[in-house]
Amino acid sequence: MLDFPKWKIWSVWLTILVFTLCAVPSFMPQSVRANWPGWVPQPTVNLGLDLAGGSYILLEADMFDFSRVRLAAKRDEIETEFRRQDPRIDIGDISLRDNRITFMVRDASQVDAARERLLTLAGSGVGMTGQREWTIEVRDSTRFIVTPTQAGIAQAIDQAMNDAREVVDRRINALGTLEPTIVRQGADRIVVQVPGLQDPEALKALLGKTARLEFKLVDITANPADIARGVAPIGSEIMPYPDAPPGIPYIAYPTQEGHQPQIALKRQTIVSGDQLINAQQEYNQNQEVVVGFTFDAQGGRRFAQTTQQNTGKPFAIIVDGSVISAPNINEPILGGRGQISGGFTVESANQLAIALRSGKMPVQLNVVEESTISPELGAESIEKGIIAGIVGTAAIVVLMLLAYFRFGIYANIALVVNVIMIIGIMALFNATLTLPGIAGFVLTIGAAVDANVLINERIREELHRGRANNAAIEFGYKEASRAIFDANVTNVIAAFIMFIFGAGPVRGFAVVLTIGIVTSVFTAVTFTRLMVSNWLKTRPKELVI
Amino acid sequence: MRPLKLVPDNVNIDWMRWRHIATAITVAMVVVSITLLVMRGLNFGIDFVGGQNIRVTFSQQVDIDSLRMRVDSLGYGESTVQQFGSAREVAIRMPVPGDDPEATARAVAQVRAMVETNYPGAHIASVEAVSGKVSGELFQKGAMALGFAMLAVAIYIWFRFEWQFGVGALLALAQDMIVTLGFFAATQLEFNLNTVAALLTIIGYSLNDKIVIFDRVRENLRKYRKMEIIPLLNLSINETLARTVMTSLTLITALAALVILGPDVIFGFSLAMLLGIAIGTWSSMFVGNGILIQFKVGPGSFKSEEEKAAEAKEQAKATGQVSFKDMP
Repeated sequence: MLDFPKWKIWSVWLTILVFTLCAVPSFMPQSVRANWPGWVPQPTVNLGLDLAGGSYILLEADMFDFSRVRLAAKRDEIETEFRRQDPRIDIGDISLRDNRITFMVRDASQVDAARERLLTLAGSGVGMTGQREWTIEVRDSTRFIVTPTQAGIAQAIDQAMNDAREVVDRRINALGTLEPTIVRQGADRIVVQVPGLQDPEALKALLGKTARLEFKLVDITANPADIARGVAPIGSEIMPYPDAPPGIPYIAYPTQEGHQPQIALKRQTIVSGDQLINAQQEYNQNQEVVVGFTFDAQGGRRFAQTTQQNTGKPFAIIVDGSVISAPNINEPILGGRGQISGGFTVESANQLAIALRSGKMPVQLNVVEESTISPELGAESIEKGIIAGIVGTAAIVVLMLLAYFRFGIYANIALVVNVIMIIGIMALFNATLTLPGIAGFVLTIGAAVDANVLINERIREELHRGRANNAAIEFGYKEASRAIFDANVTNVIAAFIMFIFGAGPVRGFAVVLTIGIVTSVFTAVTFTRLMVSNWLKTRPKELVI
Repeated sequence: MRPLKLVPDNVNIDWMRWRHIATAITVAMVVVSITLLVMRGLNFGIDFVGGQNIRVTFSQQVDIDSLRMRVDSLGYGESTVQQFGSAREVAIRMPVPGDDPEATARAVAQVRAMVETNYPGAHIASVEAVSGKVSGELFQKGAMALGFAMLAVAIYIWFRFEWQFGVGALLALAQDMIVTLGFFAATQLEFNLNTVAALLTIIGYSLNDKIVIFDRVRENLRKYRKMEIIPLLNLSINETLARTVMTSLTLITALAALVILGPDVIFGFSLAMLLGIAIGTWSSMFVGNGILIQFKVGPGSFKSEEEKAAEAKEQAKATGQVSFKDMP
């Protein structure tokens, strides 16, 4: 058992060498690593935000808002389809309630044709069951009820979250922040981590915007008294206009404090944000801060056409369901370029421009968890942690040395190699070291020390029973290995369960623990045995332990 | 020069003589812990109850009362404003404001603005905000991870040893857990997700300890067929005593360094682990072994394969059956 074949000796050393090399970049300062040639692989351990400082934000999709918007979009789609296509199908009494769309077909003879046409809008089968995205039901022979299916919603949110992730990515990159990590989590969440970012307010404001930009005509036929009562003319809808300039006749101004001014707008959208190709913060002739934008060819044409037909009338610029401004069309806007004014600061104009540029967020995202650690605090944690780590390790080294002399030295070498190997493996996986990860580290170091104490105490015991040196060592390793094995397997099981059921920090702990258990068995048992067997080849006369 | 020997060879202590007293102490510790948990409860961090926690470093010493009044005037309900570390460092904690997920973030922004306008030179060291929904999930997941990990480990021990050992380990781990939680209830140290990692570390250490002793018990059960269980347990504890003392001493020293010198974010965490080692050692000696006595583990629990085969043969002969192997 103490005799190692040549190939085994080599593979032990090779393993240690490989992981040590992997660990090296993590110990080098950034400035040194930057000068290395490009072909040198540089795996490093990332420091978690709790140690390095930075911001963590957990965004969650607003499912309520999402299904409402999706339902409204489907309603518009149905209306357009029935009115535009030939033959035209007259529908009425369309409403959105209890998470479904209902409407009536006026001419009973068209019910079958209507159903046919609806089927093309209900989407093809999704998921494993091939279930449709919408179910269509006819009641009382002319009333249609369109309900979203669970599978359809799940697929839609999945798609939306993928798109949202990309939009988040574009928006954060537009801020020029370094190395953000943006990951989807579960069905409806996105994790954003930005190292070094200390004030996440701007970021949150930016990500909270859906940036749903629309241009609509103002319904100037509407009577402010009706708008105030919540009644809009047919084909129009009422929208809040928080910063409405006073005295314009077609706006309803609140009578009570705390109520927003309202405005009636034509339902139909002239141009939407999807047709933007650029947006940036700029100044107009009066040196006011505005957001300038450029439409694509199609959007530009439609904008030109509408402004030509409606010169002298107002139109509204709407962002996220709230009117930003409602200027008069003084002259047709033909170049496909325009400006949004409305009391912006440079910062807020810039944010809106970035949001518009990066595209519409397909779903409203809310910040449900946030944590920001200043780099100073992170640096302080690391510094104190390192000092405590060095003192703690020194204490272990001294105690092991005093207790077991030569075998203590071997155990200490193994301990250092163990730490380096864990760092190397973590670097290889590009894992992140967090505070709980350090707890995992402490536990594996404890387990490694315990393994060597077990072995060495067992050797003492066997010597005491009168065994010869070599036999005592051999028995010591063999007998102790059983307990070491069981102890480590139980810890791996526990780590595995924690990884499956745990959240965030608990998972980080589990990852480090699993890596650490493997390396600590390797170093504390195999590697020390290799060193011991090497020493035994010199035929030592005396065994002091 | 002789190596350091903390435990003399041939140590012979009658541990199990104190088992009744030890059981009484264990029960007392568990009862006190549960009482504390019920009466005082745990000081849950915002990971588990939601809300926000803001750490501010001021440029000079700050009047806590006026700061508290300013925070309360924001209208988010009862806030906790506490000094920690130096006199210039303050933690502001506020409850979760209603169901609106955005409200949490808004409250943070307001506190930030309030601090920056009223205290020039103040510096926000860290901000944490967790909405009520997420915190509930985190709590559930943390508790599940703890519970299932303990159960799975007990099942493994049952398979590797005998069921009595599995039950012993599970009860001993439960005792570790309850007493550590009781400690958190008594000190009102913050209990958060990082603390769960500390609890898991305690489970890990405690398991190592139990397995080392159980392994020796198993070995001795096979070796000394005629020995009574109580002297056998004493022998096993004494034989592993040198290891127990050495390992505990080493780890306690290392952890003490973390408690005294480490960053204050891990103070509670390191303290819990320090305590965990002591409790874990206690529970391996008295709870785990006590269960073994209770459930009458004896030499018959572990038989070698040959013995089992021989027994089967005996039985087969007695009932007149002959297996094919025995045929000439």
